Amino acid sequence: MSTDIKPMTSKDLVTDQEVRWCPGCGDYSILKQVQTVIPELGLKRENIVFISGIGCSSRFPYYMETYGMHSIHGRATAIASGLKSVRNDLSVWLVTGDGDSMSIGGNHFIHMMRRNFDVNILLFNNEIYGLTKGQYSPTSHEGQITKSSPYGAIDHAFNPAALCLGADSTFVARAMDRDPVQLREVLKRAHLHKGTSILEIYQNCNVFNDGAFEIFTEKASKKLNTLFVNHGQPLMFGENNSKGIKLDGFAPAIVDLETTSVNDLWIHDEKDRTKAGILARMFDHPSTEGAMPRPFGVFYSEDRACYEDLLNQQVAEVTSKRGKGNLDDILKGNSVWEIQ
Amino acid sequence: MSNSTEIKEDVTIMFAGDSGDGIQLTGTQFTDTAALFGNDISTFPNFPAEIRAPQGTLAGVSGFQLHFGSVEMNTPGDALDVLVVMNAAALKANLKSLKKGGTILANSDGFDLKNLKLAKYPEGVNPLNDESLGAYKVYEIDVTKHTKSALAESGLGTKEAERSKNMFVLGFIYWMYHRNMEHSIKFIEEKFKKRPDLIEANIKVLKAGYNFGDTSETFNSRFEVKAAPMPKGVYRGIMGNQATALGLIAAAQKSGLDLLYGTYPITPASDILHELSKHKNFGVKTFQAEDEIAAICASIGASFGGSLGVTASSGPGIALKTEAIGLALMLELPLVIINVQRGGPSTGMPTKTEQADLLQAIYGRNGEAPVAVVAASTPSDCFEMVFEACRIAIEHMTPVMFLSDGFIANGAEPWRFPKANELKEISVRFAKEKNMGDKFMPYLRDEKLVRPWAIPGFEGLEHRIGGIEKEDITGNISYDPDNHEHMVKTRAAKVDNIADYIPLQKIDNGTADADVLILGWGGTYGALRNATAELLAEGKSVAHAHVRYMHPLPKNLETLLRNHKHVLIPELNNGQLIKIIRDKFLIDAKGLNKIQGLPFYSADIKNAVYKLLN
Repeated sequence: MSTDIKPMTSKDLVTDQEVRWCPGCGDYSILKQVQTVIPELGLKRENIVFISGIGCSSRFPYYMETYGMHSIHGRATAIASGLKSVRNDLSVWLVTGDGDSMSIGGNHFIHMMRRNFDVNILLFNNEIYGLTKGQYSPTSHEGQITKSSPYGAIDHAFNPAALCLGADSTFVARAMDRDPVQLREVLKRAHLHKGTSILEIYQNCNVFNDGAFEIFTEKASKKLNTLFVNHGQPLMFGENNSKGIKLDGFAPAIVDLETTSVNDLWIHDEKDRTKAGILARMFDHPSTEGAMPRPFGVFYSEDRACYEDLLNQQVAEVTSKRGKGNLDDILKGNSVWEIQ
Repeated sequence: MSNSTEIKEDVTIMFAGDSGDGIQLTGTQFTDTAALFGNDISTFPNFPAEIRAPQGTLAGVSGFQLHFGSVEMNTPGDALDVLVVMNAAALKANLKSLKKGGTILANSDGFDLKNLKLAKYPEGVNPLNDESLGAYKVYEIDVTKHTKSALAESGLGTKEAERSKNMFVLGFIYWMYHRNMEHSIKFIEEKFKKRPDLIEANIKVLKAGYNFGDTSETFNSRFEVKAAPMPKGVYRGIMGNQATALGLIAAAQKSGLDLLYGTYPITPASDILHELSKHKNFGVKTFQAEDEIAAICASIGASFGGSLGVTASSGPGIALKTEAIGLALMLELPLVIINVQRGGPSTGMPTKTEQADLLQAIYGRNGEAPVAVVAASTPSDCFEMVFEACRIAIEHMTPVMFLSDGFIANGAEPWRFPKANELKEISVRFAKEKNMGDKFMPYLRDEKLVRPWAIPGFEGLEHRIGGIEKEDITGNISYDPDNHEHMVKTRAAKVDNIADYIPLQKIDNGTADADVLILGWGGTYGALRNATAELLAEGKSVAHAHVRYMHPLPKNLETLLRNHKHVLIPELNNGQLIKIIRDKFLIDAKGLNKIQGLPFYSADIKNAVYKLLN
């Protein structure tokens, strides 16, 4: 129909709907980075689908001028599984929160990863239930005071990256709302990965859990408490990258680069599942004595066949072996008799 | 040979034994042979709840009931003429179904002390040796011994040899009813293609069973059941779940859509999955999901993508899918939800039949959430009605619930199957262009109140849909009070409009002004048809109508009901259709309810009609 071949811009992805997140919410930044990155991916707008469940973040599809579905709580993953099973030509993005993906949708979430559908999951983790106004979530830390845990949460928190690796996810990455450059970079990586890409994004809920990730996001503390990993690069952090991580067997240890050579540091390898597991387990509460810095970036990336490709392949194989199905033959079955 | 042959109009026979005895196979083989011969048939398998319940126990009894005859067969038979039992438990579990004067064929080896004890007969009691079976004709055959001796030279181990026992029984029954063994021999050759030794063994035992009838002096009567006067045509045998699978494939082909069948294993619906998963070359994709919710959600995702999304389950699974059914009706996407009903509530009685999910189908969701509902009445009707469910779902952009039940899902009957070109075309219209100036409005409706199906991939039609109340026409989120009321009423009117696109209700048998109208729905059709025929033959003023379109109901139903003095609604539940009829039409219908996990018998219906007429 249309003859103009203007390249897509981020404005083309903005809908006529007013964005209704609380002022100051981390979601705004994520929306902006997604709208910035997508025009760079060489996709056509009509071939993009955003699917969400329920929660603050799940309003996301309404703000993206693509195809979209705002579904029911926890089920975006299941809906995307069906969509990808029949439409592997689409670029499918899921937007979910910590409660949506790991509480009510926990089952579909892990099965999505083991099947490895080619979708990108943006997991907005704010460690709280925002839309229902402030109850603790499966990622709230032990002792967290919330509306439903006035004496402190007693639930042990999920470690999302470790959970995803445990479910044999083929791509696990972490980013934060306050670091747009790094967020855009991993968004691209998530898109490029063929398979289920999990991108956990630390997102500040300034109303019900303000400052949950402050120590990682604020200038004053960020350098000492975060570790940005890059494939093939040594793990370094701190002011002027003065510190590094060394592996002592399977145990990571913080070393001072004044006394330890860069050559002795752990070199990040995205293809190494065991080491990705160690990175994921660097999950100390920052207030803990001797806490490891929190890693960001792509922890793990693996090539494994996608469910939809195997499904289509099987359909093609059966069809080539048995020929395209003939309705009359199947109605007739194997054994008939005639009454004259 | 001094054998005499007696002509029978119809025979009800049950094969019963341990679930490991090959009972279902024996039953289906005899059924196929009867059908090929030209008898009308109706069958019902009765599985134990446990896959391998302890051998020899009452819990482990598996049965297969077949009704075949030279007249119309509508049910698997109310009472048995012949009961074939492989052990004591099988006799104990099924004796109450045998007619007085009926025949018992007992494998005497299954009545040893161990088996008698497992069947909980008191110590020292063997029903074959005392007077307790005096009212029946009892024949004992040591099937195990005969099977073993037939295979003495085969080189097969005892265990493998004993597994052919069912073939001996089958052969013997073939002799008893003058049947040809050709079909079963072919079947054995196909089944054991890779084991020539087993082909030989099974055929040998089958023939040994037949010859035993011929040569043994014990049996002096054989029976003949002539072919039934069925309408001319080509037939096949069909089970309800199989018909459902074929109906889905047919609907996909006639609509030109690919089919995604998202499901989670559950009794008694799983056979639909088994059947469909074989037919990938028809553009059929089956998705065995992690749970019931994922199953329906995947189907919704497929429909969003432009395929025909179908999900299936039984009562408890449907309960889990409820929220997603609500989503599908807000999204106004085509979706077919199959409920093969079983005994409820909760886990209930998975292997027993019931029709107690009608209210769940029509009303069981949060909010004002109308979906269309259709119900199949016989095994082959599953084909037609699931096809209709697909047609309605696609042409009216709505979820449609298709109700089957364990009785017709596993029951079988002859089917004069249609030709592909005799089936209705299902019209699919994907939106291709903007529909309001330079904009696309996902909820702009046509004259049927149906919204456009706009699937991803079409430039300019990008839009968002979701479960939050939407603004009329635009589909944007809306909390506007008037809009909500308007949308609720519009969604209801859209489903009500389907009544203009379904057939009018017909009377199945009897006249339009009969004193009593028996109004049924679902799998009770055969029993009601039988009872009606018998009552008419007795000169009673009775008629039978069977509803297949449950929501919306056929437009003429109220008028049709008002022409009768009494309306009797027999249901295998505590009264569900009756609530709807009374609610919608203020008609003082009377209920007849049976909630035993069993089908209706003719006598149940007839007694209720006599009561109304007196």
